[in-house]
Amino acid sequence: MQLLFERRPERSRGLMLLSPVIALLLTALVGAVIFALRGLDPLHALYVYFIEPLTTLWSVEQLLVKAAPLVLIGAGLSIAYIANVWNIGAEGQFTIGAVFGGMLPVLFPDFQSPLVLPLMLIMGLLGGMICGFIPAFLKNRFAANEILTSLMLVYVAGLLLDWLVRGPWRDPHGFNFPKTVTFSGWQMLPTIGTTVHIGVVIALVTALALAFLLDRTIKGFEIRVLGSAPRAGIFAGFSRPRMVMFAFLLSGGLAGLAGICEVASTVGQLQPTISPGYGFTAIIVAFLGRLNPIGVIVSGLILALSYMGGESAQVALGISDKIAKVFQGILLFFILACDTFILYRPRVVSRRAAPELAPAE
Amino acid sequence: MDILQALILTVITAATPLLLAGVGEAVVERAGVLNLGVEGMMVMGAVSGFGAAYVTGSPYLGVVASILAGTGLALLFAILTQTFLANQVASGLALTLLGLGLSGLIGEAFVGLPGTKVEKLVFPALSDIPFIGRILFAQDLIVYLSFLLTAVVSYVLFRTRLGLVVRAIGNNHDSAHALGYGVIAIRYLCILFGGACAGLAGGYLSLAYTPQWIENMTAGRGWIALALVVFASWLPWRVAVGAYLFGAVTILGFFVQGMGWGIPSQFLSSLPYIVTIIALVIISASRTISRAAAPACLGRSFVPDR
Repeated sequence: MQLLFERRPERSRGLMLLSPVIALLLTALVGAVIFALRGLDPLHALYVYFIEPLTTLWSVEQLLVKAAPLVLIGAGLSIAYIANVWNIGAEGQFTIGAVFGGMLPVLFPDFQSPLVLPLMLIMGLLGGMICGFIPAFLKNRFAANEILTSLMLVYVAGLLLDWLVRGPWRDPHGFNFPKTVTFSGWQMLPTIGTTVHIGVVIALVTALALAFLLDRTIKGFEIRVLGSAPRAGIFAGFSRPRMVMFAFLLSGGLAGLAGICEVASTVGQLQPTISPGYGFTAIIVAFLGRLNPIGVIVSGLILALSYMGGESAQVALGISDKIAKVFQGILLFFILACDTFILYRPRVVSRRAAPELAPAE
Repeated sequence: MDILQALILTVITAATPLLLAGVGEAVVERAGVLNLGVEGMMVMGAVSGFGAAYVTGSPYLGVVASILAGTGLALLFAILTQTFLANQVASGLALTLLGLGLSGLIGEAFVGLPGTKVEKLVFPALSDIPFIGRILFAQDLIVYLSFLLTAVVSYVLFRTRLGLVVRAIGNNHDSAHALGYGVIAIRYLCILFGGACAGLAGGYLSLAYTPQWIENMTAGRGWIALALVVFASWLPWRVAVGAYLFGAVTILGFFVQGMGWGIPSQFLSSLPYIVTIIALVIISASRTISRAAAPACLGRSFVPDR
């Protein structure tokens, strides 16, 4: 007996939407097993992890705040991945965005005017774009693999931030802690409610705008054609190198914007660690959201819930919040496995029916 | 002389994990599969190796555990990409994210514990040879193994029938299938082999390089190993040359830091990553080398026509 997959005549649209739901359920199932192995009541643990964070207003606001960077980065990555451009260095672009945007309040702490925040956001966007420009340029000019170059820059960006906050940008009155001056006044994102800041609105608007770009404009058509049928795209007069550059500048810029939004709100200063891995988690967000900016809004909230759940599990169950990363990894696995059924139909055959294929041990 | 000898000894320790992971990945890619999960398999190898050695007290059981952990994670990747035909880039990323998360969770209990180190195997007379004696004949088992592995993989890939089949599958899986070779089965085996090598590389980090567990202690070495394979044009012996060059760059960073020239340590720490980018650019720019050497079916799923 052997499991084989056959190509479907066309992709199944129903499964396209069902697949992430099944993946989420399977992840919860594995979660229950992990909790049970740790000697916890699995149902109670799942409740604490996935439901409890939704029961108070404060935690729902926290959820939105955590979802904002994930949606912003994930929406940009979706566009890149549709175009078959593999930017996996969003974490680095996020960091450089925070560094560029944070430059203003750090170097000119007394510069207070309504102009500061827009300038910071633009600088953050630019920083992310510069960091995205490098792998795109190296890909186009030298055919260097963009996966590896964009990822290497994550480490370089992290070390740059580390050096800045421990060295030249360290707060002179900060008792030698590795951090810059705290941002204040006009340098911070205004809030709606108690903790929700306008970064949430920026993320939402951006995702909607990208959905429009993808569905209703010629650029969106170009992105899709070059991604799914590159040869057809070239015959249509679209340029692959220009698309690589576009995808990297867009996804990098948005990751940079997410970076400055994060340090100008939740973090409030530059410090060695400014992100709990948002740039990498956003990759999962993009896949769970079907590489669709609207879907990314939903999946961003779900992944934000996985961070929140990790925190509440640590408090209420005494289990490490590192379990969040495990759930996120397992989730991506299940999404990819379930997505197989969109393009392929499973068939179980006996060994004799398919003698030309050795079974996979 | 003594400084040079010490320098070479440390370069060996820095190069060995890159060499092991790189040779394993070279086999995987020769079979036409791109496994970007090297970092994840390595870090799982590191935590499992440390854990098993701590619990049992035997570093060699730790080595076995690290190999098993890498292989286990590779099996997940193989099922996902070979049976479920999932996108290899995304699956590799999933493997890395899962490996980093899981190792953090498992390793939380091991943080700050003293590790056990794989002891050096000193050849009695040979290690007394001046200068090269201590370099060549007083290493631990894994270092010897890394050289043996490079030689064996090189031989098998290019001098045996099995190697020919592996390369044929990587270059044209449809033709290999038509000739009657089990494309999926061979790819499974190559992926598992790559996982075992990556796991061992991770085990070397936590059992020999720095015998302790630190979260994310692989620090991108899995990704550097991936870049090395491209840099080496998929040739095992060139992977070895590349691994030692990178090992030298890493150690150069430490060395310069020790000179007290006031260069920030972060700049020196970022050297291996920057050098990786530069090396990739140089090797990719000379298209004649990289185009000719890359397995033609690299990263493509195999769906048999029936």
